Amino acid sequence: MSVGFAMLVHEPLGRAVQVARHWASAGCPIVIHVDKSVGRAAYDGFVRDLADFPDILFCDRHSCEWGTWSLVAASQTAATMLLDRFPDVRHAFLASGSCLPLRPVEELRKYLAENPRTDFIESVTTKDVPWTIGGLDNERFSFSFPFSWKRQRFLFDRYVRLQRLIGRQREIPENIVPHLGSQWWCLTRRTLTAILDDPKRDVFERYFRRVWIPDESYYQTLVRRYSERIESRSLTLSKFDFQGKPHIFYDDHLQLLRRSDCFVARKIWPQADRLYSSFLGAPPPAGHRADPNPGKIDQLFARAVDRRTRGRAGLYMQSRFPNWDWENGKTAGPYSVFSGFGDLFEDFGGWMSRQTGCRVHGHLYAPKRAEFAEGLTNFAGGLTDSAALRDYNPVAFLTNLIWNTRGERQGFLFGPADNQKIAPFIAADPNAQISVISGAWAIPLFHSNLNFGDIRMTAAGLQKIETKCLDVLRSPHTRARVRIWTMAEFLEHPMEALQTVAGEIGLQNEGRLAEAPRLRNLDGFGQFLQNLKNQGMHPHLMGEFSIGSDPGGSARTAHKPKLVK
Amino acid sequence: MGPLRSYGLRLQRKRWLLRAAVKRRELRRVADRTANIGAHDVLLVTTLRNEKVRLPYFLSYYRNLGVNHFLVVDNGSDDGSREYLADQPDVSVWGTDKSYKRSRFGMDWMNWLLGRYCHGHWTVTVDVDEFLIYPFCDTRTLQALTDWLSASSIRSFGAMLVDMYPKGPINAEPYREGQDPFEIASWFDAGNYTISQNKRYSNLWIQGGPRARVFFKDNPALAPALNKIPLVKWERRFAYVSSTHTILPRGLNRVYDEWGGEKASGCLLHAKFLDTFARKSAEELSRRQHYAASREYLAYHARAAQNPDMWCRWSEKYINWRQMEILGLMSKGNWA
Repeated sequence: MSVGFAMLVHEPLGRAVQVARHWASAGCPIVIHVDKSVGRAAYDGFVRDLADFPDILFCDRHSCEWGTWSLVAASQTAATMLLDRFPDVRHAFLASGSCLPLRPVEELRKYLAENPRTDFIESVTTKDVPWTIGGLDNERFSFSFPFSWKRQRFLFDRYVRLQRLIGRQREIPENIVPHLGSQWWCLTRRTLTAILDDPKRDVFERYFRRVWIPDESYYQTLVRRYSERIESRSLTLSKFDFQGKPHIFYDDHLQLLRRSDCFVARKIWPQADRLYSSFLGAPPPAGHRADPNPGKIDQLFARAVDRRTRGRAGLYMQSRFPNWDWENGKTAGPYSVFSGFGDLFEDFGGWMSRQTGCRVHGHLYAPKRAEFAEGLTNFAGGLTDSAALRDYNPVAFLTNLIWNTRGERQGFLFGPADNQKIAPFIAADPNAQISVISGAWAIPLFHSNLNFGDIRMTAAGLQKIETKCLDVLRSPHTRARVRIWTMAEFLEHPMEALQTVAGEIGLQNEGRLAEAPRLRNLDGFGQFLQNLKNQGMHPHLMGEFSIGSDPGGSARTAHKPKLVK
Repeated sequence: MGPLRSYGLRLQRKRWLLRAAVKRRELRRVADRTANIGAHDVLLVTTLRNEKVRLPYFLSYYRNLGVNHFLVVDNGSDDGSREYLADQPDVSVWGTDKSYKRSRFGMDWMNWLLGRYCHGHWTVTVDVDEFLIYPFCDTRTLQALTDWLSASSIRSFGAMLVDMYPKGPINAEPYREGQDPFEIASWFDAGNYTISQNKRYSNLWIQGGPRARVFFKDNPALAPALNKIPLVKWERRFAYVSSTHTILPRGLNRVYDEWGGEKASGCLLHAKFLDTFARKSAEELSRRQHYAASREYLAYHARAAQNPDMWCRWSEKYINWRQMEILGLMSKGNWA
């Protein structure tokens, strides 16, 4: 006989019966503390259910409440009785009614026999634990907590605030350094008796009675005084979420628990029938069993906490609707916005797609319809090209598009004729790469057949809109990667500019542009601008073009751009 | 929100509760088995009319999830629904022939049943064509979910309505009684939903999906709301405001996180678009008993006559809750 259990139980009691019988059948003595709030009838039934085991004893009952000393008192009472009544017990294991043994008792015995002088208890100083909840880390030792957190929250909070205000520092008893850790431990008789029989026990108790959650610090602190060898981890697998409440195990965790090689896990959902029948039933074939390794379970729960606190970047949905700038990513991934490129080059989208693998749509925010790539009328996720649907919520249209195409970079053309409501959003989005050739919207007008009066009007309107858009892009709130060229600037070194933009997206051909896009015919563009000026308009966004210059050059590819003086 | 508006909402809530208390006179007991309700039972409340063909699967679906007792208002069925329900051992039925519209689309009746029988119980409030899925629903019962919600001090659980539709004309494959409707209507839209926040009730207003895409693409503002809060640990002071979209006190509407995290949520798979739909929409249209002058039904009816195909090449075929989670339609939150 080497290991005995001190078990703290409250309702529901059914599972505690099963677990206690399991341990007792394997020959382990158990002392059970039943919460005083459990009714007479339930308690009597519970005792009756376990009456056939002489090595199951019941100790005096305390009324237990989470976060208070009562839990320590209960464990002290149970542990004292366990050590007194079962002199063969060498390790005392503290467990609860919602614990479930994952490995046969024989393996636990063997493991403890190999480590006869080791105390298994998580014990770390407050500086080293990131997991204290509610900002009470050092304060749990320097303040006092006479009010119940569960029942007297108002007084609890006020009293904490008051102590903060006056800068309270309780005196910590001599010779101890507060430590924290999981409340589930397995201690040697030697260490445990030293704690329970300490001549200064009264002093320590007086101190810890008013500490916040003493069951996570009483043994964890005192064990440092006496233990020969501390293994600072709990043999009980128990994980806490971001609110400080324990994660619960269900039937679907069966394989995960099996592979963890932990001895005991908590908390188990009381109705997890499959877990109870699997682990309390016939033991699995004895293989080579390793040390406990809860890594997979740690990961699972860490991911769950991350999902709850940070969520998935760029996702807007029924249970995640972040305030502005709290999105952890306004969109799900990087994307590109090209303004003016479609006007300056023929089939710019197709060309860019070939160079980078980025899917380049037409003008997604065009007034008539969303121009998806390849002329599609629907797109990923069930988006449609309906302008009304898109304009009903232009931001959601974009965030949906980027979310729906995770894994494939998206790009689209944008210009002053499009719905401008999206501009402030993309400007503020670090995922956006925005490249603008300002004034390029004049090229379609230059090629158009409209009468000049209309052209002049349209041009003035578009210039006004683009100026506004550029102001947005240049504002100090902009977090997108923005590049702005005037058309004249761009045409000085077009390949260089294209190389920069495409290179940032990721070129497919060893970082070089494999071909050049075809520049549209610009013969007479300078004169066209001059005509606009002559009509009293001032087209300034294009940069400086001189009359008679034909910036596109005769080759009309971007390979040999003619310099514009 | 100032104290004045807050008080306004309080008055509004009292008004709905009062109205429910008045409307209870319209309900006649058909089968009352509420004495069998246990202290920890999960309950389900619904209102229906002529849904006999759907009932067997509906009941078995929710029984499997762990619903212990059904509370049903039958609004003048003549297809045997009422008799069928009255025969079920875990169903209590109330009958009424009064106006669905004037009981605010059944909400007054249901608010009454909720307050009278569901106080202290986790309660699902759904229509008979709405099927709740939630994280781990294939391995964990509703009790597992509600135990976890209670332990996390969460009182309400959001589940967005996801419209399911068949591939091909909706009349092509008739729905048989007892059949899983999602064998036929197994497709849905994964990523075309839009959300805005309703400041008054602090709930989200979600629209989109195939209904917006097919029926309301020229007038998206009229597209029906898809946000729902169908699972609540009910207290008698609570009141649903309009359908299960909105509830008071308004703290219950905060089923979403505003600081970047994700709260746990589910989906209500909506088996509306089956061959029963055209018939139903014609009937509902003639009764004029539906929301906003049956505007929705008018739009449907115009298209339903053409037997529309709601499927498109970007439609997703439903597999399980994990798929919905990956697509971002629902979330595990920190439930693992």
